[in-house]
Amino acid sequence: MSETDRQLEEFSRLQPVLPGMRVPWIERLRREGLERFGELGYPSVRQEDWKYTDVRPIEKRRFTLADVPVPVEPEAIAGYRLTGLAAHELVFVDGRFVLECSRVDDLPAGVTVTGLAAIMDRAPGALEDHLGHYAPADDNGFAALNTAFMTDGAYIALAAGTRVDAPIHLLFVSSGEGRAAHVRNLLVAGPDSHAVVVESHVGLGEGEHLTNAVTEMALERGAAVDHYKLARDGAKTYHIAGTHVHQQRDSRYTSHNVTLGGRLVRNDLGAVLHGEGGECTLNGLYITGGRQHVDNHTRIDHRAPHTTSREWYKGVLDGRSRSVFSGRIVVHPDAQRTDARQTNNNLLLSRDAEADSKPQLEIYADDVKCSHGSTVGQLDREALFYLRSRSIDEATARNLLVYAFAADLVQRMGLTPVRRQLEGHLGGALLSADAPGEVV
Amino acid sequence: MLTISGLKAGIEGKTILKGIDLEVKPGEVHAVMGPNGSGKSTLANVLAGRENFEVTAGSVRYDGHDLLALKPEERAREGMFLAFQYPVEIPGVSNIYLLKAALNAVRKHRGESELDAMDFLSLVKEKMSLVQMKEDLLYRAVNEGFSGGEKKRNEILQMAVLEPRLAILDETDSGLDIDALKVVADGVNSLRSPERAFIVVTHYQRLLHYIVPDRVHVLADGRIVKSGDRSLALELEEHGYGWIEGAAGTGAEEAVQ
Repeated sequence: MSETDRQLEEFSRLQPVLPGMRVPWIERLRREGLERFGELGYPSVRQEDWKYTDVRPIEKRRFTLADVPVPVEPEAIAGYRLTGLAAHELVFVDGRFVLECSRVDDLPAGVTVTGLAAIMDRAPGALEDHLGHYAPADDNGFAALNTAFMTDGAYIALAAGTRVDAPIHLLFVSSGEGRAAHVRNLLVAGPDSHAVVVESHVGLGEGEHLTNAVTEMALERGAAVDHYKLARDGAKTYHIAGTHVHQQRDSRYTSHNVTLGGRLVRNDLGAVLHGEGGECTLNGLYITGGRQHVDNHTRIDHRAPHTTSREWYKGVLDGRSRSVFSGRIVVHPDAQRTDARQTNNNLLLSRDAEADSKPQLEIYADDVKCSHGSTVGQLDREALFYLRSRSIDEATARNLLVYAFAADLVQRMGLTPVRRQLEGHLGGALLSADAPGEVV
Repeated sequence: MLTISGLKAGIEGKTILKGIDLEVKPGEVHAVMGPNGSGKSTLANVLAGRENFEVTAGSVRYDGHDLLALKPEERAREGMFLAFQYPVEIPGVSNIYLLKAALNAVRKHRGESELDAMDFLSLVKEKMSLVQMKEDLLYRAVNEGFSGGEKKRNEILQMAVLEPRLAILDETDSGLDIDALKVVADGVNSLRSPERAFIVVTHYQRLLHYIVPDRVHVLADGRIVKSGDRSLALELEEHGYGWIEGAAGTGAEEAVQ
């Protein structure tokens, strides 16, 4: 059976349980996604955007959606919660919202934080102007498939002028063998609203898993959203994620996109600056080993004058791991006074690791400031000897230099528990609990 | 304390040290002088364990150890310290973190407990006044954006905190103005003790006005061509290395070229 036929069959099987199927426009959206997948299929290495990332293993695995939710013990996920501060927490298992494990404290009036599926069934009107508007299903086969099968995810709506002080943690847990989760998130940030959203992906079992996530974000005039995406999937997880951000005038989007786990991770992160004064900051960090493959494709569209973007991705690669960074910046004809900077730095810890870096600047306006740069290097032998000559053993010295390489990005993370988690991950064998970059 | 016998070493197949013999006893200050390319820095780096140098012959005994069999960090823990000619910048690692990590590694090796934060800080501040270093440099990344003088003071600060038994100063005077030179020399002099030895590697005898050596050795073309007391340094100042060339024969001439 062809993959398209198999997905058609899956669709018929799951139709009764997919949310929003009684809502005509959602049903139509899903069917269009399915059709589009029929046309596109999975991306192929013959396509420029997928040249380095071969997804045939995903096709071969023939992942299926779980039709009933898998029960998860609260203790099993305790270690992945955000600790040390008050947070609203939505827990999803294999892409399905689990109310019993979630916790949403008092929210300001005008703020909604809940599962998307419930809204699709009960209040679809709230979604109609947004869902599917920012992540067009014709992007690639995965996005199309997600639109057809989107099961659940987070729905966050911020009314004008609202601020959510505690971070909103979206914890996506994969439970195990051969399952696919088509996660869909939607965030609508009204004028001058503010929120911090942490999206974590973790794997409980060692089984194979596919996460196919699409996140849409709309930032109205003056809205500010800090978005952390932490991929700490299991070693046999395939993680495909598209994040699509649309920004109106004077809005500010800050992304911290961190990849630590997973067998194959592909991030497509796109921000479109539609209004003057819009700013987007894309920070990214990938730390890989073994045979991991991490592919970050970012695209920033400057569509209005006086818009600013800052992009800084760093990678640390060990073992036989492989990374791809492709950063596209498009300055459209009307976007005068655009200010865009992009940097990608890679540190190779092993001879067998490989980093590909591809900056792409397309500039159609004449009064702009744009720069980009990328590097691939190894540990500084001089620095290593310097540390060792000061009594620090080789393994610790190496860890310290890896920490130092990533430190400036880690220190940009304002959220202490997330920063501490990463410092712990980076400094596993360091001598003391103090962060090497901070004061004692 | 340190016995170097027939040491030959080089880099990338090129022999630089062509047979060095040197004996350093506790409490002594030895100056190693010589023209550019004579092998002074190679000697310092081979002793500290820099990996890209290859030892082809000879032996080095240090406090009963076969020094050349020890890793750089093991040498440091046994009390050896190299003040670098070009101290390395390490962005992302704070100066104070490095000091603490280094001191705790040494203390652990000696079977001592780690210092708590208060004791550590007061120790560091006491040593900083010795080298007249500004306190904010403690919280900056190691050597990053430091001036030449600040980098050299930082080396002496690390030395003062770690209290080595054998300190090797590799052209610590290069690039220093006279005030900084005095500060660095004062720092070194305050650490002189009957248990501690110094090897001071320098091109110019200027530093030796302030750090008065017990023995002076002149290195030329990878060999010690002349040894003497302090007066040898003064003679060199007066006559230059050309005077040694005549005394040492053809080997020294090659080195000068």
